[in-house]
Amino acid sequence: MVFSLEILAGLFFFLGIVSVVIGALGLIRLPDVYSRIHAAGIIDTAGVAFFILGMICLSGWSLVTVKLVLIGVFLFFTSPISGHAIAKVALECGINPLGRDLTSKSVQTAAASTKQKATPKKTTQKKAAKKKLAKKKSVAKGVRS
Amino acid sequence: MMLIAGMIGLGVAVILALVRVALGKTAFDRVLAVNSIGTLIILGIALHGFIMERPEFVDISVLYAILNFIGTFAVLKLFSTGSLGDR
Repeated sequence: MVFSLEILAGLFFFLGIVSVVIGALGLIRLPDVYSRIHAAGIIDTAGVAFFILGMICLSGWSLVTVKLVLIGVFLFFTSPISGHAIAKVALECGINPLGRDLTSKSVQTAAASTKQKATPKKTTQKKAAKKKLAKKKSVAKGVRS
Repeated sequence: MMLIAGMIGLGVAVILALVRVALGKTAFDRVLAVNSIGTLIILGIALHGFIMERPEFVDISVLYAILNFIGTFAVLKLFSTGSLGDR
């Protein structure tokens, strides 16, 4: 019984290591703040859950198990809240998501260009130019204090 | 053995997240990476307690979870409103 619980703990630790390293790699490789929140979510849900399940399998029935469950529940509820708050404040500070402009002028012109379907080439060129401008802006801006 | 393997995996993940802290273009990348590092350190403290066979370290881990959450929100409030609410 104890032997099988140790094997189960090893399996949980293996899955935890895999998900944590995948999340950290995504934190480096993904292109945008809003997509990196997804990678941080992998660390905060899958990594934490697997590591804590492995430690619960090792600790048996004791007060340590209760504390580990407390950590798991706390992180399970607070990490999505902090990710949501980071996304909200980043959008307030004017950082555009990759592939879309959410500033008011460009949204209006995009709506107008979808109405005028006569000249699609020009509108796509304009959109590309605007994307380049927005990229420069967002790089230059950083955080508006 | 598996505990030490878990510790090494957490260390690799912390180093990868530190690369994002160094490279990150905006400050929100850095806040996100520091939040992830805090989560990894929580797991690392608990695992250290299990390696040294002193599971009282889990208490410190609970405390660090709360501090990580409040610290992230303090930095984000400073970014969005410009003050921490003391004026």
